Amino acid sequence: MAAIKLIINQKTYPVDVDPTMPLLWAIRDVVGLMGTKYGCGIAQCGACTIHLDGIPVRSCSIPVSRVGGKNITTIEGLSTDNSHPVQQAWIEDQVPQCGYCQSGQIMTAVALLKRNPNPSDKDIDASMQGNICRCGTYPRIRKAIKTAAQLTSSKTPAK
Amino acid sequence: MKTQQEISRRTFIRSTSLAGVALTLGVSFSARGKDIEILNASAVESQGIDLNAWISIDTTGKVTLTNHRAEMGQGSFQSVPQIIAEELEVDLSQVSIIFAPGNGSKYGSQVTGGSSTIRGSYEKLLRLGASAREMLVETAASKWSVAKSECYAESGFILHKPTGRKFGYGDLVLDASKREVPKMVTLKDPKDYKIIRKPMPRQDTPMKVNGQAIFGLDKKLPGMLYAVVERNPRFIGKVKSFNEAEVKKISGVKHVLKVQRDIFGNLLEGVAVVADSTWAAMQGRKALKVEWDDSGFDYPNTNQLYAAMKAQLQSGKVLSIKTQGDFASTFDRAEKKLEAVYETPYESHSNMEPLNCIADVRADSCDVWGPIQAPDWIQGEICGLLKLPPEKVNVHMTFLGGGLGRKAFTDYPYEAVTLSRDIKAPVQVVWTREDDMTMGPFRPGMVYQCRGAVSKRGRIAALETIGAGQNMNAQGPGADKTQYNSEIVDGLLKPYFESIPHYRFGDAPIDASIPVMWWRSVYASTNAFAFESFFDEMATAAGKDPLDFRQQHLGEPRYQALIEKLREVTNWNNRKKNEGYGVAITECFGSIVGEVAKVNRTEAGKVKVEKVWAVMDCGWYVNPDIIKAQVEGSIIMALGAATKHATTFADGKAVERNFDRYHMSKISEIPEIEVHVMDNQERAGGVGEPGLPPFTPALTNAIFDLTGKRIRVLPFLLDEV
Repeated sequence: MAAIKLIINQKTYPVDVDPTMPLLWAIRDVVGLMGTKYGCGIAQCGACTIHLDGIPVRSCSIPVSRVGGKNITTIEGLSTDNSHPVQQAWIEDQVPQCGYCQSGQIMTAVALLKRNPNPSDKDIDASMQGNICRCGTYPRIRKAIKTAAQLTSSKTPAK
Repeated sequence: MKTQQEISRRTFIRSTSLAGVALTLGVSFSARGKDIEILNASAVESQGIDLNAWISIDTTGKVTLTNHRAEMGQGSFQSVPQIIAEELEVDLSQVSIIFAPGNGSKYGSQVTGGSSTIRGSYEKLLRLGASAREMLVETAASKWSVAKSECYAESGFILHKPTGRKFGYGDLVLDASKREVPKMVTLKDPKDYKIIRKPMPRQDTPMKVNGQAIFGLDKKLPGMLYAVVERNPRFIGKVKSFNEAEVKKISGVKHVLKVQRDIFGNLLEGVAVVADSTWAAMQGRKALKVEWDDSGFDYPNTNQLYAAMKAQLQSGKVLSIKTQGDFASTFDRAEKKLEAVYETPYESHSNMEPLNCIADVRADSCDVWGPIQAPDWIQGEICGLLKLPPEKVNVHMTFLGGGLGRKAFTDYPYEAVTLSRDIKAPVQVVWTREDDMTMGPFRPGMVYQCRGAVSKRGRIAALETIGAGQNMNAQGPGADKTQYNSEIVDGLLKPYFESIPHYRFGDAPIDASIPVMWWRSVYASTNAFAFESFFDEMATAAGKDPLDFRQQHLGEPRYQALIEKLREVTNWNNRKKNEGYGVAITECFGSIVGEVAKVNRTEAGKVKVEKVWAVMDCGWYVNPDIIKAQVEGSIIMALGAATKHATTFADGKAVERNFDRYHMSKISEIPEIEVHVMDNQERAGGVGEPGLPPFTPALTNAIFDLTGKRIRVLPFLLDEV
C-alpha cells in the first residue's frame, strides 16, 4: 500500500492504495466519483477518459502511483450544473442514448476543442477515433462538437 | 377522431391518501389478462391492495410519474412519462420521473425486450393521464360550483374559461383523491397533441453529461464487497478444484468460492474471488488457478459449427415447416430459378457497461440493484431460488449502459444472489470486459439456404428458405427440440405470405455447447440478410428494378406508402449510374422499416458507405427525435456486425476477448444517415429494434449494384470488396 495525494477537480484526496491500482479504480472505488466509467481495462474504448494536466488519457491504464501531484479532471470537474459549453451542446443535440460512454466522449471532445476551437470533420474523426459508442451516437457527437465550437466562439469577445 | 375509452365498472372506495395527501392513480392488471382498470391508489389502499402508483401529485403540485420499464438508451424513461403528461396536461419540466421496482403483478410485464414498451402500454398510459385530469377538472368545477364543461386543464392548472380563475393541481389533490375514477374519459385527437409526436428533449440527458446518472456499476452499498468470477471458458464444464488458500493470501481478498449461474436450466460454474475493492478482486483472480472437468461434450471451433449447419441443410432434416401451395413442383418446373446460401456470424452483445449486479441477501429478504432489462423475471427467479415471497425480494433499477437483449436475462443476478447468500454480505459482481465478451449467450450464427423461381412476368413464383443454427428458444435440459421455430421468418414483410403463391420456410437446428440468445432485433437481425439479399438476386434474375420488384409484391396501401416515401427521399428514380444503391425493407416488432444505402468508390478504389436513408413506419408514435436516434443507432450497430466484428470459437472457447480483437464501428466510419418517420393512423409499433435488420442487406445490395459482387457471408471487410 502507498499513501498518495490525488488532486481531482482541484480538490485533494489523500488515498492509501496498492500503487499498481489503475487510476480509474482509485477514482471510482476509493474517491467515489462515479462519472468516469470502466469499459475495457486496456485503453481500447475511451469510456474512462480523464484529463491529466489538461491532456486526455485513459485512466484504466495508468497506475495511481504515477499521478500523485498532477491535476486530474473528471467529468464532474467540467461543471455539475451543465454550464460547460460541451455539456450544453450535448444537451442541445440530444447526444446520449444509454449514456455510459458519454463521460469519456465529452472529456475527449473538451480536450479537442481546447486545442482546436473550430475542428473540421477530419479533426473530429482523428481525435474521437478512440472513443467507442455501442448505441451509435456518432452522428450526434459530430454535430454537438460543432455546436460546442459555436457556443464557445460566441462567448469569447471578438478581438 | 375522438376516442371514448370505457373503464370497467367497479366500485371504488373513497378514502384519504396513502402517504401524506396526494392524488395517486395506478393500473390494476386483471387476472383475466388484457382487461385493465385504472384505480385511485389512495382509495384502494384502505382495501389492502398494493397498487402501483403510476401518477402521483402532491399538495405542492409536484407530479411524479413512473416509468415501469428499463432505460437502456432506447428512451422509455422519457417516452412513458411523455404519454402520461400529454393527457394529464402537465409540462415535462414540471415532472419527476422514477423507475418502478421489479414487480410483475403490480406493473404487468416489465421485460424491456421485443421493442414492446410503447406498443404494449400506450393506450393504458393515455387513459391514466386522462383519468387524473378529469378528476382534477371535476374537483375544480365543484369548488367553483360551475359546469365541468367551462373548465379546462393546462400546464398543471385547472382554469375556468369564463372568469379566468385557476387552481394549481396541488390545491385540488386533497379533494380529487376522494373522487371516484371516471368511468369514461375522452382522449385527445392526435392533431391536438402538445407533447406527443414532438421532439421533446429527453429528461435523462442532463444526468448523462455530468456523470450524475447512476448505472449498475455506480451503485454502492455500505459494507459492500466486490467480486470477480473466473467462469468456465467452455461454458458447460464443471469446477473440479481451485487454489483457495493461495488466492486468499492476496491483499484485500476475503473469500474464494464456487458460484453458479442458471442459463436455460444449465447451471454454469465459476469461481468467485471476493475482495474489498474491484482491483483487489482482480488481483486475486490473477493468482487463481481452477481445474475444470470438461468431460462429456465437444469443444467446437467456428468451422465445425458452420460445417454442422451446412450438413444439417444437406441432410434435409427440416422441422415442420410453414408452407403454402406446392413449392417443390413449382420450383422443379420453373424456367428461371436460382439458389443461394447466406451466412451470418455469432456476435457478442458488448454493451459499453459490462454486466454487473449487486445482491444483498439477508435472513428473510433480498435486495438487488443492477442494469436490468427484466426486473419481474429476476424477482420471480430469486423468489424460487431463496424460497422467499415476492414482497421480500426487491429488484431496484438503475440506468443501463446498454442492454441489447443481454441484460434481459437472469443469470448474472442469480450469480450475485447466490454469492451474497453464501458469504452473508452485500456484494457487487463485476464482469470484466473479457468476461462480458466471452461468456455469451451470443447471437447464434446462422446459415440460410434459399431457393426461388421467378415467373415470366417477373414475379416470385416460388420461394424456399431454410435456416440452420442453434435454436435460441430450445436450449438446456428438457427443451423441446422437435418444435418448429416460428421466428425463422421474423423480419419478412407480411404481404409476401399472400403474394408469393408457393413457399416453404424451414428450420434446421443444430446442437452445440455455445449458449445463444436474443441480440437486438433477434432473428430478424440475421433472417433479413438472407431474405432481402435473395429478393435482390431474384429481382436481378427477373430483370427488374429492385424497388419496383418489391413494390409489386407489396400491394397493401401501408406498404405502398412506405415505398413511395423511400422513392421520394432517395430520389430513387434519378439515381446516378456510377453510384451503388441498395434497398431492403423488413417488418418486425410491429413496425415496418425501409432503408436505402448508397455506396461509392474512394479515390483509392475502396468501397465507402456514403449515405443511408431510412423510412420508419411505427404507426402511432411518441417522440420523433428518439425514433431517429434509435434508427441511427440501429444502422450503426448493423454496420459493425456486417463489416467489423464477429465472435469466433476455438477449442470450445470464444476467441475475441476485448475491443482490440472485436472491432467496433468508429466515428470515422459512419455514413450520413437520414431518417423519416411515417405519419398514419396505425397502432403503435416498436422503435428500438426494427431499424436494424434492413441495413445490412441494403448495404450488400448497394455493393452489388456498384461492383456486381454479391456478398453472401458476413462479416466482410469493406476494404476487401
